Amino acid sequence: MQLSWYLALSAVLFSIGVLGVLIRRNAIVIFMSVELMLNAVNLTLVAFSSHFGDINGTILVFFSLCVAASEAAVGLAIIIAIFRNNLTVDVSKINLLRW
Amino acid sequence: MVTYFFVLFATLAIASAIAMILNKNTVNSALFLVVNLISLSGIYLLLQAQFLAVIQILVYAGAIMVLFLFVIMLLNLDNEENILNKFRVRYGVAFIVGIVILAQLLYSVGTWANVLPTVSPKMVQTGTVEAVGDVLFSHYLLPFEVTAILLTAAVVGALLIAQRKIQTKK
Repeated sequence: MQLSWYLALSAVLFSIGVLGVLIRRNAIVIFMSVELMLNAVNLTLVAFSSHFGDINGTILVFFSLCVAASEAAVGLAIIIAIFRNNLTVDVSKINLLRW
Repeated sequence: MVTYFFVLFATLAIASAIAMILNKNTVNSALFLVVNLISLSGIYLLLQAQFLAVIQILVYAGAIMVLFLFVIMLLNLDNEENILNKFRVRYGVAFIVGIVILAQLLYSVGTWANVLPTVSPKMVQTGTVEAVGDVLFSHYLLPFEVTAILLTAAVVGALLIAQRKIQTKK
């Protein structure tokens, strides 16, 4: 199995995540698309790590998982706080900081 | 054998990712993301990263997605009526940006494809719990401990932000 197939899959998943962030207006779906992009990059790291026989990539994915977990907790807390103030999670209607 | 499984998992991952961003119901998109994460963990298994495959299911498909579903159901959102109707120009720009990024990534993968290694002889040894633990608790001990501080800070921060009214001391 060539390494480039894994990298191509990761590229496709990353692009789908970018599209999700750009076209959706629901903050939670945008957040899930960010998780998708994180996962695509993790796949790249694991693919390189196992093809080069280097453990460091796997360790980096482990730390990336920890950061993703804490990011999800804080981000969802922010979404709840925004929903409490605006009664919506539509990012086109949350324009308090827009000039 | 590996190729068949790769095609199966890759198709599942891409299809569920597309279904996730195009679904009107937020709960359904969260469940599609779970399918996507599980198929990615299958691909980790193909790459001999068994430990990460298990962690992927436990942490991502388990903990993080439960958190997402919990928040979605807590907020009790309606289905979005039109996710693709308004602002046609914006969607055009979004698709162009996405396609440009995809083309760049695939081009760079394609140009370097012949210099990439196929299978490392050391490949079998990486990714087991023993190999990961050996490096994690010796060479990466300090970053591992810092991770604990990060997680504690995240818990405290999430509690503080999601509080109903932040108490200010006079």
